[in-house]
Amino acid sequence: MIENAQESESFVKTWLIDRIAYPALGFAILIGLWAIGGWFLEANPATSSFVKFGLVPTLQAVPGLIESGYVAEHVIASGYRLLIGLFLAVLIGVPIGIAIGLSKITEQVTNEPFQLLRMVSPLSWMPVVVFVFPKWDQAIIFLIAVAAIWPVVYATAAGLKKVDPAWFKVSRNLGANFYKMLAQVIFPAIAFDIFTGIRLALGIAWVVLVPAELLGVSSGLGYAIKDARETLAYDHLTAMVVVIGIIGFTLDTIVGVLVKKYSWQKDV
Amino acid sequence: MDRSGVQISVQDLTHSYSSRGPVTFDQVNLESKPGEVLAIIGRSGCGKSTLLHIMAGLLAPTAGSIRLNNIEVKEPSPKWVMMFQAPHLFPWMQVSQNVGIGLKFANFAEDKIRERVEKTIKLVDLEEFAESNVQDLSGGQQQRVALARSLVMEPEMLLLDEPFSALDAFTRASLQKDVRSIAKSMGINLVIVTHSIDEAVLMADRAVIMAGSPGKIKEEIMVELPEERAAQDPEVQKIRGHLMETFRQASTVTH
Repeated sequence: MIENAQESESFVKTWLIDRIAYPALGFAILIGLWAIGGWFLEANPATSSFVKFGLVPTLQAVPGLIESGYVAEHVIASGYRLLIGLFLAVLIGVPIGIAIGLSKITEQVTNEPFQLLRMVSPLSWMPVVVFVFPKWDQAIIFLIAVAAIWPVVYATAAGLKKVDPAWFKVSRNLGANFYKMLAQVIFPAIAFDIFTGIRLALGIAWVVLVPAELLGVSSGLGYAIKDARETLAYDHLTAMVVVIGIIGFTLDTIVGVLVKKYSWQKDV
Repeated sequence: MDRSGVQISVQDLTHSYSSRGPVTFDQVNLESKPGEVLAIIGRSGCGKSTLLHIMAGLLAPTAGSIRLNNIEVKEPSPKWVMMFQAPHLFPWMQVSQNVGIGLKFANFAEDKIRERVEKTIKLVDLEEFAESNVQDLSGGQQQRVALARSLVMEPEMLLLDEPFSALDAFTRASLQKDVRSIAKSMGINLVIVTHSIDEAVLMADRAVIMAGSPGKIKEEIMVELPEERAAQDPEVQKIRGHLMETFRQASTVTH
């Protein structure tokens, strides 16, 4: 009983240190560096016009931006593009990944062209997509999908390669057809890998989204940054950068929880 | 379930993995009475495992047929189910989910699945582990889950491909006894492929010896023993000795 209580106390202590104290220290260092940077900007007369990049002016600007609905408006516009782009990447990427994972021929046929396409920066498609799509929104969604599809494809294919072939034999033996096997065996077996791919895809899509929104559109987080720069509202600019960071971090954490939830390997 | 089993007829069964490749076994003929436990003994490579895969509908024969009460085995079916050497459980599922997966494949209603799964888990003595993840179970317990997963389909024929070879002696003995008694109580025909003569004597009503390349059925021995069998019983020892000698002779002639 006493041993159990001691073990549980030690577990809580370790958890608090690992999950709260260390990350808090990391954030404190980051904020401290930002504050020092702001102090240097303020102390140097040559950079005094950039003072609003500092910590305090930014924190002062945030409540106003939230209350006015400015943040929500641009977050919704970006979120819409991100979600549709990611959805398309998953919708197209997962079946391709399954085909590659299941068929050696598909893997051999697609490997070289896919590796070549994967290496093209998604933003370099920009001049092409503005001709192809009538709306900027569609062009940005396409860029996000192009950026996000590769991690989904390759994580899905890698997941399938780890699947024990005996599970297919067992399933057939119990009378499963391909669709039953897909729903009851393949998807649960590779859900962890698909979510890992989505997590990577999300990171890439989030990084691509902001520069894509710097061109053409009149909404979204990228546009908000461009607008702040052009109006010299540097406190708004850094406030939006902070918002981008917080949202990206939150999305990554949510998908991270899903990755953990669908992980069935005991040692993961 | 109140059944007495099925008549199994294997007729002129021949198999080769490719048209130009060697013949795995040739013109195998076998009959098994309803409810019988049949053991197929043979050295590695004689084709006994391939024969079992064909009987399960997982492989196609080159020639010949297998019939269960005149129904030809052409593809896998819940009526003839195979249990493999390793349990191959689905590690993301609990014990009860693993046991019920075949019923889910067959579109059974949730309440029917629950009812049958509960009954079968009880039959294999795993009630207290029903909600455990299968990765937390021992090898013997995992093989019991695999057994339950096969039994829950209420098959007419259960095929066992050396299913206890990776287990320790105590677990193996307990499973050999339980599988036989459960099959008898449910009226299921058992076909066990094994290279263990002890296992054949402790589990089977009849043993056939497969040998040679291509494999052929060489001998057939009745294992007329009471239901309660122990390895040290003189009667068991006597049949074991006879089977061992016959196996040695059959293997020597062809090797």
